[in-house]
Amino acid sequence: MGSGHSHALYVHEHSFVHRMAPQAKLVAALGMVASIAITPREAVWAFGVYAVAIVGLTLVSRIRPGFVAVRLFAVAPFVLFSLFIPFIATGETIEVLGFAVSVDGLWGTWNILVKALLGASVSILLTATTQIADIIRGLAILRVPALFISITTFMIRYLELISDELGRMRIAMTARGYDPRWISQARPIATSAGALFVRSYERGERVHAAMLARGFTGEMPTPPLESVDRRQWLRVLVLVGAFVGTATVALVIT
Amino acid sequence: MHAPDGFLEPSVAVVTAIISLVVIGFALRQSREQLKDKAIPLAGITAAFIFAAQMFNFPVVAGTTGHLLGGALAAILLGPSVGAIIVTIVVVVQALAFADGGLTALGYNVLNMAIVPAYGGYAVFRLLRRVFPSTAGGVVGATGIAAWASVVMAAVAFSIEWLFGASAPVAFDTVFGSMVGIHVLIGIGEGIISALAVGAVLASRPDLVYGAQDLDQAQLTESKVGTRTFVIGGMLVALVFAAVVSQFAVDNPDGLEKVAEDTGFIESGEEHSLADSLFSDYATSGISNEALSLAVAGIVGTVVVLLVAFGLFSAVRETRSRDPSSV
Repeated sequence: MGSGHSHALYVHEHSFVHRMAPQAKLVAALGMVASIAITPREAVWAFGVYAVAIVGLTLVSRIRPGFVAVRLFAVAPFVLFSLFIPFIATGETIEVLGFAVSVDGLWGTWNILVKALLGASVSILLTATTQIADIIRGLAILRVPALFISITTFMIRYLELISDELGRMRIAMTARGYDPRWISQARPIATSAGALFVRSYERGERVHAAMLARGFTGEMPTPPLESVDRRQWLRVLVLVGAFVGTATVALVIT
Repeated sequence: MHAPDGFLEPSVAVVTAIISLVVIGFALRQSREQLKDKAIPLAGITAAFIFAAQMFNFPVVAGTTGHLLGGALAAILLGPSVGAIIVTIVVVVQALAFADGGLTALGYNVLNMAIVPAYGGYAVFRLLRRVFPSTAGGVVGATGIAAWASVVMAAVAFSIEWLFGASAPVAFDTVFGSMVGIHVLIGIGEGIISALAVGAVLASRPDLVYGAQDLDQAQLTESKVGTRTFVIGGMLVALVFAAVVSQFAVDNPDGLEKVAEDTGFIESGEEHSLADSLFSDYATSGISNEALSLAVAGIVGTVVVLLVAFGLFSAVRETRSRDPSSV
Protein backbone atom coordinates (compact mmCIF):
# COMPACT_ATOMS: atom_id res chain seq x y z
CA MET A 1 0.00 0.00 0.00
CA GLY A 2 1.12 3.50 -0.66
CA SER A 3 4.21 2.59 -2.63
CA GLY A 4 4.69 2.74 -6.37
CA HIS A 5 2.21 5.53 -6.70
CA SER A 6 4.08 7.91 -8.91
CA HIS A 7 2.60 6.63 -12.16
CA ALA A 8 -1.07 6.39 -12.88
CA LEU A 9 -2.53 3.25 -14.39
CA TYR A 10 -3.60 4.86 -17.64
CA VAL A 11 -3.28 2.64 -20.71
CA HIS A 12 -3.09 4.45 -24.01
CA GLU A 13 -5.62 2.89 -26.36
CA HIS A 14 -8.37 3.92 -28.73
CA SER A 15 -11.76 2.61 -27.74
CA PHE A 16 -15.15 4.16 -27.22
CA VAL A 17 -14.67 3.73 -23.49
CA HIS A 18 -11.48 5.82 -23.70
CA ARG A 19 -13.34 8.45 -25.69
CA MET A 20 -16.29 8.70 -23.32
CA ALA A 21 -16.63 11.90 -21.31
CA PRO A 22 -14.93 11.57 -17.91
CA GLN A 23 -17.99 12.71 -15.98
CA ALA A 24 -20.04 9.97 -17.64
CA LYS A 25 -17.42 7.38 -16.76
CA LEU A 26 -17.23 8.60 -13.15
CA VAL A 27 -20.99 8.33 -12.74
CA ALA A 28 -20.96 4.90 -14.37
CA ALA A 29 -18.13 3.63 -12.15
CA LEU A 30 -19.76 4.93 -9.00
CA GLY A 31 -23.13 3.40 -9.96
CA MET A 32 -21.48 0.08 -10.69
CA VAL A 33 -19.49 -0.18 -7.44
CA ALA A 34 -22.45 1.03 -5.39
CA SER A 35 -24.61 -1.73 -6.91
CA ILE A 36 -21.90 -4.29 -6.19
CA ALA A 37 -21.56 -3.05 -2.60
CA ILE A 38 -25.28 -3.32 -1.77
CA THR A 39 -25.80 -6.74 -3.36
CA PRO A 40 -26.42 -9.37 -0.66
CA ARG A 41 -23.62 -11.90 -0.45
CA GLU A 42 -25.97 -14.88 -0.87
CA ALA A 43 -26.88 -13.75 -4.41
CA VAL A 44 -23.88 -15.51 -5.98
CA TRP A 45 -25.44 -15.32 -9.46
CA ALA A 46 -25.57 -11.51 -9.29
CA PHE A 47 -21.82 -11.33 -8.80
CA GLY A 48 -21.49 -13.61 -11.84
CA VAL A 49 -23.52 -11.08 -13.85
CA TYR A 50 -21.28 -8.22 -12.66
CA ALA A 51 -18.14 -10.18 -13.44
CA VAL A 52 -19.32 -10.95 -16.97
CA ALA A 53 -20.23 -7.30 -17.53
CA ILE A 54 -16.86 -6.08 -16.22
CA VAL A 55 -14.90 -8.58 -18.34
CA GLY A 56 -16.96 -7.46 -21.35
CA LEU A 57 -16.18 -3.81 -20.61
CA THR A 58 -12.50 -4.65 -20.25
CA LEU A 59 -12.49 -6.30 -23.65
CA VAL A 60 -14.29 -3.46 -25.44
CA SER A 61 -11.89 -1.01 -23.75
CA ARG A 62 -9.02 -3.00 -25.29
CA ILE A 63 -7.42 -3.42 -21.89
CA ARG A 64 -5.65 -6.74 -21.43
CA PRO A 65 -7.39 -8.76 -18.69
CA GLY A 66 -3.93 -9.63 -17.36
CA PHE A 67 -3.30 -5.93 -16.73
CA VAL A 68 -6.41 -5.72 -14.57
CA ALA A 69 -5.53 -8.97 -12.78
CA VAL A 70 -2.05 -7.72 -11.84
CA ARG A 71 -3.40 -4.42 -10.55
CA LEU A 72 -5.89 -6.27 -8.38
CA PHE A 73 -3.01 -7.02 -6.00
CA ALA A 74 -3.64 -3.59 -4.50
CA VAL A 75 -6.44 -5.13 -2.44
CA ALA A 76 -4.18 -7.95 -1.22
CA PRO A 77 -3.97 -6.88 2.46
CA PHE A 78 -7.73 -6.95 2.81
CA VAL A 79 -8.01 -10.23 0.92
CA LEU A 80 -5.46 -11.61 3.35
CA PHE A 81 -7.55 -10.38 6.27
CA SER A 82 -10.70 -11.89 4.75
CA LEU A 83 -8.98 -15.29 4.54
CA PHE A 84 -8.54 -15.27 8.33
CA ILE A 85 -12.20 -14.55 8.96
CA PRO A 86 -13.53 -18.13 8.87
CA PHE A 87 -11.10 -19.06 11.64
CA ILE A 88 -11.77 -16.14 13.94
CA ALA A 89 -15.47 -15.58 13.25
CA THR A 90 -18.22 -16.75 15.55
CA GLY A 91 -21.24 -18.86 14.69
CA GLU A 92 -21.98 -22.36 13.42
CA THR A 93 -18.87 -24.17 12.29
CA ILE A 94 -18.20 -26.82 9.70
CA GLU A 95 -15.15 -29.00 9.26
CA VAL A 96 -12.94 -28.17 6.26
CA LEU A 97 -9.69 -30.11 5.87
CA GLY A 98 -9.67 -30.81 9.57
CA PHE A 99 -10.18 -27.19 10.64
CA ALA A 100 -13.34 -25.98 12.30
CA VAL A 101 -14.36 -22.91 10.30
CA SER A 102 -17.31 -20.63 10.79
CA VAL A 103 -20.04 -20.83 8.14
CA ASP A 104 -20.89 -17.18 8.59
CA GLY A 105 -17.20 -16.44 8.42
CA LEU A 106 -16.87 -18.23 5.08
CA TRP A 107 -19.72 -16.06 3.78
CA GLY A 108 -17.85 -13.06 5.15
CA THR A 109 -14.72 -14.05 3.26
CA TRP A 110 -16.70 -14.51 0.07
CA ASN A 111 -18.44 -11.17 0.60
CA ILE A 112 -15.20 -9.20 1.07
CA LEU A 113 -13.32 -11.08 -1.65
CA VAL A 114 -15.93 -10.73 -4.36
CA LYS A 115 -16.88 -7.12 -3.60
CA ALA A 116 -13.28 -5.96 -3.18
CA LEU A 117 -12.16 -7.64 -6.40
CA LEU A 118 -15.14 -6.51 -8.51
CA GLY A 119 -15.05 -2.98 -7.08
CA ALA A 120 -11.31 -2.69 -7.65
CA SER A 121 -11.73 -4.00 -11.23
CA VAL A 122 -14.18 -1.19 -11.94
CA SER A 123 -11.75 1.37 -10.46
CA ILE A 124 -8.87 -0.08 -12.46
CA LEU A 125 -10.94 0.07 -15.62
CA LEU A 126 -11.81 3.70 -14.92
CA THR A 127 -8.19 4.67 -14.33
CA ALA A 128 -6.92 2.63 -17.27
CA THR A 129 -9.23 4.40 -19.70
CA THR A 130 -9.18 7.93 -18.25
CA GLN A 131 -6.21 10.24 -17.73
CA ILE A 132 -5.86 11.84 -14.31
CA ALA A 133 -6.41 15.33 -15.66
CA ASP A 134 -9.65 14.15 -17.28
CA ILE A 135 -10.82 12.51 -14.06
CA ILE A 136 -10.28 15.82 -12.26
CA ARG A 137 -12.12 17.66 -15.03
CA GLY A 138 -14.96 15.18 -14.71
CA LEU A 139 -15.13 15.87 -10.98
CA ALA A 140 -15.28 19.60 -11.69
CA ILE A 141 -18.16 19.11 -14.12
CA LEU A 142 -19.89 17.02 -11.46
CA ARG A 143 -19.83 20.14 -9.22
CA VAL A 144 -17.07 19.15 -6.78
CA PRO A 145 -16.06 22.45 -5.06
CA ALA A 146 -13.64 24.51 -7.16
CA LEU A 147 -11.08 24.93 -4.36
CA PHE A 148 -10.84 21.16 -3.93
CA ILE A 149 -10.44 20.74 -7.69
CA SER A 150 -7.77 23.44 -7.94
CA ILE A 151 -5.69 22.00 -5.08
CA THR A 152 -6.01 18.51 -6.57
CA THR A 153 -4.92 19.77 -9.98
CA PHE A 154 -1.83 21.34 -8.43
CA MET A 155 -1.04 18.17 -6.55
CA ILE A 156 -1.21 16.10 -9.74
CA ARG A 157 0.87 18.67 -11.61
CA TYR A 158 3.68 18.66 -9.04
CA LEU A 159 3.50 15.04 -7.97
CA GLU A 160 6.10 13.71 -10.40
CA LEU A 161 8.42 16.60 -9.63
CA ILE A 162 8.26 16.15 -5.85
CA SER A 163 8.62 12.36 -6.08
CA ASP A 164 11.62 12.83 -8.35
CA GLU A 165 13.15 15.09 -5.72
CA LEU A 166 12.54 12.36 -3.20
CA GLY A 167 14.16 9.86 -5.57
CA ARG A 168 17.23 12.08 -5.95
CA MET A 169 17.55 12.33 -2.16
CA ARG A 170 17.42 8.56 -1.90
CA ILE A 171 20.07 8.16 -4.59
CA ALA A 172 22.31 10.70 -2.84
CA MET A 173 21.94 8.84 0.46
CA THR A 174 22.58 5.46 -1.13
CA ALA A 175 25.62 6.81 -2.97
CA ARG A 176 27.05 7.77 0.42
CA GLY A 177 26.61 4.28 1.75
CA TYR A 178 23.32 4.67 3.65
CA ASP A 179 21.63 1.30 3.97
CA PRO A 180 19.47 1.40 7.09
CA ARG A 181 18.07 -1.77 8.63
CA TRP A 182 16.77 -0.61 12.00
CA ILE A 183 14.45 2.17 13.05
CA SER A 184 17.29 3.71 15.08
CA GLN A 185 19.02 4.45 11.76
CA ALA A 186 16.01 6.30 10.36
CA ARG A 187 17.06 9.83 11.22
CA PRO A 188 18.43 10.69 7.72
CA ILE A 189 15.12 9.55 6.18
CA ALA A 190 13.17 11.75 8.56
CA THR A 191 15.38 14.80 8.11
CA SER A 192 15.16 14.44 4.35
CA ALA A 193 11.37 14.33 4.73
CA GLY A 194 11.68 17.63 6.61
CA ALA A 195 13.95 19.04 3.93
CA LEU A 196 11.55 17.93 1.22
CA PHE A 197 8.71 19.68 3.05
CA VAL A 198 10.68 22.93 3.20
CA ARG A 199 11.50 22.64 -0.50
CA SER A 200 7.86 21.90 -1.38
CA TYR A 201 6.59 24.79 0.72
CA GLU A 202 9.11 27.23 -0.73
CA ARG A 203 8.24 26.01 -4.21
CA GLY A 204 4.60 26.68 -3.37
CA GLU A 205 5.49 30.25 -2.39
CA ARG A 206 7.53 30.75 -5.58
CA VAL A 207 4.73 29.36 -7.72
CA HIS A 208 2.29 31.65 -5.93
CA ALA A 209 4.50 34.67 -6.62
CA ALA A 210 4.74 33.65 -10.28
CA MET A 211 0.97 33.28 -10.45
CA LEU A 212 0.47 36.73 -8.93
CA ALA A 213 2.87 38.15 -11.51
CA ARG A 214 0.65 36.64 -14.21
CA GLY A 215 -2.51 38.18 -12.83
CA PHE A 216 -3.78 35.52 -10.41
CA THR A 217 -6.69 36.86 -8.36
CA GLY A 218 -7.31 33.94 -6.02
CA GLU A 219 -9.51 31.90 -8.32
CA MET A 220 -8.31 29.54 -11.01
CA PRO A 221 -9.70 30.31 -14.43
CA THR A 222 -12.23 27.63 -15.32
CA PRO A 223 -12.23 26.37 -18.88
CA PRO A 224 -15.69 26.17 -20.46
CA LEU A 225 -17.30 22.86 -19.59
CA GLU A 226 -18.20 20.95 -22.71
CA SER A 227 -21.56 19.28 -22.83
CA VAL A 228 -21.82 15.56 -23.30
CA ASP A 229 -23.33 13.76 -26.20
CA ARG A 230 -26.69 12.40 -25.14
CA ARG A 231 -25.89 8.95 -26.48
CA GLN A 232 -23.06 8.68 -23.95
CA TRP A 233 -25.39 9.31 -21.06
CA LEU A 234 -27.74 6.74 -22.58
CA ARG A 235 -24.95 4.16 -22.51
CA VAL A 236 -24.18 5.05 -18.89
CA LEU A 237 -27.86 4.77 -18.08
CA VAL A 238 -28.10 1.32 -19.65
CA LEU A 239 -24.96 0.08 -17.91
CA VAL A 240 -25.75 1.48 -14.48
CA GLY A 241 -29.39 0.45 -14.94
CA ALA A 242 -28.29 -3.14 -15.55
CA PHE A 243 -26.14 -3.10 -12.40
CA VAL A 244 -28.77 -1.44 -10.23
CA GLY A 245 -31.41 -3.78 -11.67
CA THR A 246 -29.32 -6.84 -10.83
CA ALA A 247 -28.73 -5.52 -7.31
CA THR A 248 -32.44 -4.82 -6.85
CA VAL A 249 -33.47 -8.29 -8.03
CA ALA A 250 -30.81 -9.79 -5.76
CA LEU A 251 -32.07 -7.75 -2.80
CA VAL A 252 -35.67 -8.75 -3.46
CA ILE A 253 -35.22 -12.49 -3.94
CA THR A 254 -32.70 -13.14 -1.17
CA MET B 1 -5.55 0.95 5.32
CA HIS B 2 -7.14 1.65 1.93
CA ALA B 3 -10.27 -0.41 2.48
CA PRO B 4 -11.89 -1.87 -0.66
CA ASP B 5 -15.54 -1.68 -1.73
CA GLY B 6 -18.00 -3.61 0.39
CA PHE B 7 -15.65 -3.99 3.35
CA LEU B 8 -18.17 -2.40 5.68
CA GLU B 9 -21.96 -2.36 5.39
CA PRO B 10 -23.51 0.19 2.99
CA SER B 11 -25.12 2.06 5.91
CA VAL B 12 -21.70 2.74 7.44
CA ALA B 13 -20.38 3.78 4.02
CA VAL B 14 -23.19 6.31 3.67
CA VAL B 15 -22.96 7.70 7.21
CA THR B 16 -19.16 8.06 7.09
CA ALA B 17 -19.43 9.66 3.64
CA ILE B 18 -21.81 12.28 5.02
CA ILE B 19 -19.56 12.97 8.03
CA SER B 20 -16.50 13.24 5.77
CA LEU B 21 -18.27 15.59 3.32
CA VAL B 22 -19.36 17.92 6.13
CA VAL B 23 -15.93 18.01 7.78
CA ILE B 24 -14.11 18.49 4.48
CA GLY B 25 -16.48 21.30 3.51
CA PHE B 26 -15.63 22.94 6.83
CA ALA B 27 -11.90 22.33 6.33
CA LEU B 28 -12.00 23.85 2.83
CA ARG B 29 -13.48 27.05 4.24
CA GLN B 30 -10.95 27.08 7.05
CA SER B 31 -7.97 26.64 4.75
CA ARG B 32 -9.22 29.38 2.44
CA GLU B 33 -9.38 31.65 5.48
CA GLN B 34 -5.96 30.54 6.71
CA LEU B 35 -3.98 30.61 3.46
CA LYS B 36 -5.94 33.23 1.48
CA ASP B 37 -5.01 33.20 -2.20
CA LYS B 38 -1.95 31.10 -1.44
CA ALA B 39 -4.26 28.18 -0.65
CA ILE B 40 -4.22 26.65 -4.12
CA PRO B 41 -0.50 26.45 -4.90
CA LEU B 42 0.63 25.89 -1.31
CA ALA B 43 -1.89 23.22 -0.40
CA GLY B 44 -1.49 21.62 -3.84
CA ILE B 45 2.27 21.31 -3.71
CA THR B 46 2.37 20.24 -0.07
CA ALA B 47 -0.27 17.62 -0.96
CA ALA B 48 2.22 16.34 -3.53
CA PHE B 49 4.75 16.32 -0.66
CA ILE B 50 2.46 14.15 1.51
CA PHE B 51 1.83 11.86 -1.47
CA ALA B 52 5.60 11.53 -1.92
CA ALA B 53 6.14 11.22 1.84
CA GLN B 54 3.98 8.10 1.80
CA MET B 55 6.68 6.64 -0.46
CA PHE B 56 9.39 7.25 2.18
CA ASN B 57 10.10 3.72 3.26
CA PHE B 58 11.82 3.82 6.59
CA PRO B 59 13.51 0.82 8.18
CA VAL B 60 11.66 -0.84 11.04
CA VAL B 61 13.34 -4.04 12.14
CA ALA B 62 15.89 -6.26 10.39
CA GLY B 63 15.36 -4.92 6.90
CA THR B 64 11.57 -4.66 6.93
CA THR B 65 10.22 -1.22 6.14
CA GLY B 66 7.16 0.83 6.89
CA HIS B 67 5.94 4.04 5.36
CA LEU B 68 4.47 7.28 6.64
CA LEU B 69 0.74 7.95 6.66
CA GLY B 70 1.38 11.63 7.26
CA GLY B 71 -1.95 12.83 8.66
CA ALA B 72 -0.58 14.19 11.93
CA LEU B 73 2.61 15.44 10.25
CA ALA B 74 0.58 17.44 7.73
CA ALA B 75 -1.65 18.84 10.48
CA ILE B 76 1.28 19.96 12.64
CA LEU B 77 3.20 21.48 9.72
CA LEU B 78 0.26 23.16 7.99
CA GLY B 79 -2.57 23.31 10.51
CA PRO B 80 -5.32 20.72 11.02
CA SER B 81 -7.69 21.94 8.31
CA VAL B 82 -5.12 22.23 5.54
CA GLY B 83 -3.66 18.93 6.75
CA ALA B 84 -7.05 17.22 6.59
CA ILE B 85 -7.69 18.63 3.10
CA ILE B 86 -4.43 17.53 1.59
CA VAL B 87 -4.54 14.03 3.05
CA THR B 88 -8.14 13.76 1.80
CA ILE B 89 -6.98 14.75 -1.67
CA VAL B 90 -4.23 12.15 -1.50
CA VAL B 91 -6.75 9.46 -0.49
CA VAL B 92 -9.27 10.52 -3.17
CA VAL B 93 -6.65 10.60 -5.91
CA GLN B 94 -5.33 7.21 -4.80
CA ALA B 95 -8.85 5.82 -5.19
CA LEU B 96 -9.71 7.56 -8.46
CA ALA B 97 -6.40 7.51 -10.31
CA PHE B 98 -4.58 4.55 -8.79
CA ALA B 99 -7.49 2.23 -7.95
CA ASP B 100 -6.20 2.05 -4.36
CA GLY B 101 -9.19 1.88 -2.01
CA GLY B 102 -12.80 1.43 -3.06
CA LEU B 103 -14.93 4.23 -4.48
CA THR B 104 -17.82 3.40 -2.14
CA ALA B 105 -15.31 3.05 0.70
CA LEU B 106 -14.13 6.66 0.29
CA GLY B 107 -16.35 7.82 3.16
CA TYR B 108 -14.63 5.71 5.77
CA ASN B 109 -11.23 5.81 4.14
CA VAL B 110 -11.21 9.63 4.22
CA LEU B 111 -12.55 9.62 7.78
CA ASN B 112 -9.96 7.11 9.05
CA MET B 113 -6.92 8.21 7.10
CA ALA B 114 -7.40 11.98 6.78
CA ILE B 115 -9.90 13.48 9.19
CA VAL B 116 -9.24 11.45 12.36
CA PRO B 117 -5.41 11.56 12.10
CA ALA B 118 -5.30 15.26 11.14
CA TYR B 119 -7.77 16.67 13.66
CA GLY B 120 -7.28 14.02 16.34
CA GLY B 121 -3.49 14.08 16.00
CA TYR B 122 -3.49 17.87 16.10
CA ALA B 123 -5.64 17.85 19.24
CA VAL B 124 -3.19 15.53 21.00
CA PHE B 125 -0.36 17.80 19.83
CA ARG B 126 -2.10 20.91 21.21
CA LEU B 127 -2.87 19.24 24.53
CA LEU B 128 0.72 18.05 24.89
CA ARG B 129 2.07 21.48 23.99
CA ARG B 130 0.33 22.83 27.07
CA VAL B 131 2.22 20.37 29.26
CA PHE B 132 5.56 20.32 27.45
CA PRO B 133 7.99 23.24 27.63
CA SER B 134 7.63 25.88 24.91
CA THR B 135 10.84 24.93 23.18
CA ALA B 136 11.79 23.17 19.96
CA GLY B 137 12.25 20.02 22.03
CA GLY B 138 8.73 20.32 23.39
CA VAL B 139 7.31 20.67 19.88
CA VAL B 140 9.28 17.68 18.60
CA GLY B 141 8.23 15.52 21.55
CA ALA B 142 4.60 16.50 21.19
CA THR B 143 4.77 15.75 17.45
CA GLY B 144 6.12 12.28 18.07
CA ILE B 145 3.43 11.31 20.55
CA ALA B 146 0.68 12.97 18.48
CA ALA B 147 1.73 11.16 15.30
CA TRP B 148 1.81 7.84 17.15
CA ALA B 149 -1.60 8.59 18.64
CA SER B 150 -3.01 9.56 15.23
CA VAL B 151 -2.26 6.09 13.85
CA VAL B 152 -3.78 4.41 16.90
CA MET B 153 -6.85 6.65 16.62
CA ALA B 154 -7.28 5.70 12.96
CA ALA B 155 -7.25 2.04 14.00
CA VAL B 156 -9.77 2.75 16.76
CA ALA B 157 -12.03 4.56 14.29
CA PHE B 158 -11.84 1.62 11.92
CA SER B 159 -12.67 -0.88 14.69
CA ILE B 160 -15.64 1.16 15.79
CA GLU B 161 -16.94 1.33 12.23
CA TRP B 162 -16.52 -2.44 12.14
CA LEU B 163 -18.65 -2.64 15.30
CA PHE B 164 -21.48 -0.88 13.46
CA GLY B 165 -21.04 -2.28 9.98
CA ALA B 166 -19.14 -5.55 10.11
CA SER B 167 -19.35 -7.51 6.88
CA ALA B 168 -18.45 -10.71 8.73
CA PRO B 169 -19.22 -11.96 12.23
CA VAL B 170 -15.79 -11.45 13.73
CA ALA B 171 -16.10 -10.56 17.40
CA PHE B 172 -15.47 -6.90 18.03
CA ASP B 173 -12.75 -7.51 20.59
CA THR B 174 -10.80 -9.62 18.08
CA VAL B 175 -10.87 -6.87 15.46
CA PHE B 176 -10.29 -4.16 18.01
CA GLY B 177 -7.45 -6.00 19.70
CA SER B 178 -5.63 -6.88 16.51
CA MET B 179 -6.21 -3.57 14.67
CA VAL B 180 -5.27 -1.38 17.61
CA GLY B 181 -2.51 -3.74 18.71
CA ILE B 182 -0.81 -3.76 15.31
CA HIS B 183 -1.18 0.00 14.93
CA VAL B 184 0.25 0.69 18.39
CA LEU B 185 3.43 -0.83 16.93
CA ILE B 186 3.14 0.74 13.44
CA GLY B 187 2.54 4.10 15.07
CA ILE B 188 5.97 4.06 16.72
CA GLY B 189 7.65 4.43 13.34
CA GLU B 190 5.19 7.13 12.34
CA GLY B 191 5.88 8.98 15.58
CA ILE B 192 9.67 8.83 15.31
CA ILE B 193 9.76 9.88 11.64
CA SER B 194 7.21 12.68 12.08
CA ALA B 195 9.02 14.04 15.14
CA LEU B 196 12.42 14.03 13.44
CA ALA B 197 10.94 15.57 10.28
CA VAL B 198 9.36 18.42 12.26
CA GLY B 199 12.67 18.82 14.09
CA ALA B 200 14.44 19.19 10.74
CA VAL B 201 11.94 21.81 9.55
CA LEU B 202 12.28 23.68 12.87
CA ALA B 203 16.05 23.77 12.39
CA SER B 204 15.88 25.43 8.97
CA ARG B 205 12.54 27.23 8.65
CA PRO B 206 10.84 27.32 12.08
CA ASP B 207 8.31 29.80 10.72
CA LEU B 208 6.84 27.07 8.48
CA VAL B 209 5.75 24.86 11.37
CA TYR B 210 2.14 25.82 12.02
CA GLY B 211 2.08 24.04 15.37
CA ALA B 212 5.13 25.99 16.62
CA GLN B 213 4.15 29.49 15.61
CA ASP B 214 3.72 30.60 19.19
CA LEU B 215 7.33 29.75 20.01
CA ASP B 216 9.14 32.99 19.20
CA GLN B 217 6.14 35.19 19.90
CA ALA B 218 5.37 36.42 23.38
CA GLN B 219 3.16 33.95 25.16
CA LEU B 220 -0.44 35.01 25.21
CA THR B 221 -1.45 34.53 28.79
CA GLU B 222 -5.17 34.67 28.55
CA SER B 223 -7.09 33.27 31.46
CA LYS B 224 -8.73 30.18 30.05
CA VAL B 225 -9.25 28.30 33.29
CA GLY B 226 -12.99 28.44 32.88
CA THR B 227 -12.95 26.85 29.45
CA ARG B 228 -10.32 24.35 30.44
CA THR B 229 -12.19 23.20 33.52
CA PHE B 230 -15.30 22.90 31.42
CA VAL B 231 -13.58 20.84 28.75
CA ILE B 232 -11.83 18.51 31.20
CA GLY B 233 -15.02 18.10 33.21
CA GLY B 234 -16.96 17.37 30.04
CA MET B 235 -14.44 14.78 28.98
CA LEU B 236 -14.61 13.03 32.34
CA VAL B 237 -18.39 12.96 32.24
CA ALA B 238 -18.34 11.60 28.68
CA LEU B 239 -15.84 8.92 29.67
CA VAL B 240 -17.89 7.73 32.62
CA PHE B 241 -21.00 7.85 30.46
CA ALA B 242 -19.40 5.77 27.74
CA ALA B 243 -18.17 3.18 30.22
CA VAL B 244 -21.56 2.89 31.91
CA VAL B 245 -23.51 2.76 28.65
CA SER B 246 -21.30 0.09 27.20
CA GLN B 247 -21.75 -2.00 30.34
CA PHE B 248 -25.50 -1.93 29.76
CA ALA B 249 -25.14 -2.48 26.06
CA VAL B 250 -23.61 -5.86 26.79
CA ASP B 251 -26.92 -7.12 28.15
CA ASN B 252 -28.49 -6.26 24.82
CA PRO B 253 -26.08 -7.63 22.25
CA ASP B 254 -26.30 -6.72 18.60
CA GLY B 255 -28.12 -8.79 16.01
CA LEU B 256 -25.36 -11.17 15.10
CA GLU B 257 -24.38 -11.96 18.65
CA LYS B 258 -28.02 -12.37 19.60
CA VAL B 259 -28.60 -14.84 16.80
CA ALA B 260 -25.50 -16.70 17.81
CA GLU B 261 -26.69 -16.83 21.40
CA ASP B 262 -30.28 -17.71 20.64
CA THR B 263 -29.40 -20.53 18.32
CA GLY B 264 -26.78 -21.75 20.72
CA PHE B 265 -23.79 -21.41 18.47
CA ILE B 266 -20.74 -21.23 20.62
CA GLU B 267 -17.20 -20.98 19.48
CA SER B 268 -15.64 -24.40 19.64
CA GLY B 269 -12.60 -24.68 21.85
CA GLU B 270 -10.52 -25.60 18.85
CA GLU B 271 -11.48 -22.50 16.95
CA HIS B 272 -10.78 -20.37 19.95
CA SER B 273 -7.32 -21.72 20.45
CA LEU B 274 -6.55 -21.08 16.77
CA ALA B 275 -7.81 -17.53 17.05
CA ASP B 276 -5.70 -17.06 20.12
CA SER B 277 -2.59 -18.35 18.47
CA LEU B 278 -3.11 -16.17 15.39
CA PHE B 279 -3.65 -12.96 17.24
CA SER B 280 -2.18 -13.49 20.66
CA ASP B 281 0.82 -11.35 19.81
CA TYR B 282 -1.37 -8.42 18.96
CA ALA B 283 -4.40 -8.66 21.17
CA THR B 284 -4.47 -6.28 24.07
CA SER B 285 -3.72 -8.54 26.98
CA GLY B 286 -6.42 -8.77 29.58
CA ILE B 287 -9.25 -7.86 27.21
CA SER B 288 -10.84 -11.25 26.93
CA ASN B 289 -13.96 -10.26 28.76
CA GLU B 290 -16.50 -8.90 26.30
CA ALA B 291 -18.04 -6.43 28.72
CA LEU B 292 -14.65 -5.02 29.50
CA SER B 293 -13.65 -4.78 25.84
CA LEU B 294 -16.86 -2.98 24.93
CA ALA B 295 -16.31 -0.59 27.82
CA VAL B 296 -12.76 0.03 26.63
CA ALA B 297 -14.08 0.56 23.11
CA GLY B 298 -16.70 2.98 24.37
CA ILE B 299 -14.10 4.97 26.27
CA VAL B 300 -11.48 5.12 23.52
CA GLY B 301 -14.16 5.82 20.92
CA THR B 302 -15.38 8.76 22.98
CA VAL B 303 -11.82 9.98 23.44
CA VAL B 304 -11.23 9.87 19.68
CA VAL B 305 -14.46 11.74 18.93
CA LEU B 306 -13.68 14.36 21.59
CA LEU B 307 -10.15 14.80 20.26
CA VAL B 308 -11.37 15.24 16.70
CA ALA B 309 -13.92 17.76 17.96
CA PHE B 310 -11.19 19.54 19.90
CA GLY B 311 -9.05 19.59 16.74
CA LEU B 312 -11.92 21.16 14.77
CA PHE B 313 -12.43 23.67 17.57
CA SER B 314 -8.72 24.59 17.63
CA ALA B 315 -8.78 25.00 13.87
CA VAL B 316 -11.54 27.60 14.11
CA ARG B 317 -10.06 29.43 17.07
CA GLU B 318 -6.53 29.56 15.70
CA THR B 319 -7.60 30.69 12.25
CA ARG B 320 -9.62 33.50 13.79
CA SER B 321 -6.85 34.61 16.12
CA ARG B 322 -4.01 34.45 13.62
CA ASP B 323 -2.53 37.43 11.93
CA PRO B 324 -3.50 36.91 8.28
CA SER B 325 -0.17 38.25 7.02
CA SER B 326 1.85 35.65 8.92
CA VAL B 327 1.34 32.90 6.34
